[in-house]
Amino acid sequence: MKRKTDVAGEAQSEGGLAFHPLDQFQVQPLFGHGPIEWYTITNVTLWLALAAVAIIFVFVVGSSARKMIPTRLQSVGEVAYSFVHNMVEDVAGHDGAKYFPLIMTLFVFILFANMLGLLPGSFTPTTHIAVTAVLGFGVFLFVTLLGLYKHGLHFLGLFWMSDAPLVLRPIIAVIEVISYFVRPVSHSIRLAGNIMAGHAVMKVFAAFAPMILISGIGVLVTPVSILAITAIYALEVLVAFIQAYVFTILTCVYLKDALHPGH
Amino acid sequence: MTTTTTTTEAAAEVAHETAKAGMPQLDFSTFPNQIFWLVVTLLVIYFVLSRIALPRIGGVLAQRAGAITSDLSAAEELKQKAIAAEKAYNDALVKARAEAAKIVAEAKTGIQQDLAVATAKADAEIAAKSAESEKAISEIRAGAVEAVKEVAQNTAKELVAALGGSDDAKAVAAAVSARLKG
Repeated sequence: MKRKTDVAGEAQSEGGLAFHPLDQFQVQPLFGHGPIEWYTITNVTLWLALAAVAIIFVFVVGSSARKMIPTRLQSVGEVAYSFVHNMVEDVAGHDGAKYFPLIMTLFVFILFANMLGLLPGSFTPTTHIAVTAVLGFGVFLFVTLLGLYKHGLHFLGLFWMSDAPLVLRPIIAVIEVISYFVRPVSHSIRLAGNIMAGHAVMKVFAAFAPMILISGIGVLVTPVSILAITAIYALEVLVAFIQAYVFTILTCVYLKDALHPGH
Repeated sequence: MTTTTTTTEAAAEVAHETAKAGMPQLDFSTFPNQIFWLVVTLLVIYFVLSRIALPRIGGVLAQRAGAITSDLSAAEELKQKAIAAEKAYNDALVKARAEAAKIVAEAKTGIQQDLAVATAKADAEIAAKSAESEKAISEIRAGAVEAVKEVAQNTAKELVAALGGSDDAKAVAAAVSARLKG
């Protein structure tokens, strides 16, 4: 309550500038104002669906002609396919190729959600820890169960460094176990944090843009904030891709650990 | 009582507002909704990709790779054929050259033989002609010597006669002949 008044007071003292950098992350029902049940159609639903539609458009409609000489859209799909396929084969090894559709699903989902989130006025599902945690912990559970299923108790050899000095092995094992369980946390927070921070910063700069309508200093502030938005937007396009890439390649690394726990 | 209710309601409202003012990411009441729709979306994407899109794109890529490989091998084959054709052409050229040289040499020897025959014939003719000429010349020369001898004998006889010597013709002739020979 106190915080709210502070924010309001600040907005007042700035002469009517409205700072609501977190409003863009609000989950709202798409129709009406009822409570948000698990099945309610919300803006999350809308933008997740748009991501799915965009993915279907690029990968299914784009490749439907199966042309030997690809059209531009087909080319996009093929480049993404080769990119992820090579990544899986290089990092997780040849037997990791079996899980290529799963990893491709993660990559295209994160990429398209991030990119669609850069449209002005849009909602970005990947800014929500609820979404990225499902992805991160889903990957964690999947690779852990896969490792245990494939190698049984040998999978625990992942934590036992047989090439380290015997005295250090238990200590290293403890550190390895902790780092293993921190993986999904960092995996999911990294994605949500990066995307959210970029969007919030853009919103803050956007709030400064109408300064020219309020006070004289706006002559300086407005162009600077517009330039800053432009620059950060460019950076965010890069981040949108890089975070999808990082999430995917880490998934491949974890998959490699599950398939080949021996170092 | 009424005041308490109002206060409680106000407090609830304030609490709600505070929650709204905080990070929407930490509003746990929206989690089931987000997770449900996320799982639905991921399932849809997974099935569309794994059933339709990925096999199709993989097929196209494999087909293209196959086409490129077969085109490359066809090109290699054609290149070998071109090299073989060039070699055959060069061989034929060398053979033709050798043949031409042979024909030229044959023609040369033929012409040389004809020439030699013709030359020999001409030489023989020339020799015959010159022998004939020589014979005629020696006849003419002999004739001329006889004539000179006769003229000299007659002239000497006349001279001797005119000078009052003996007119022994035979002696004069002998003397003239001796002189002519000497």
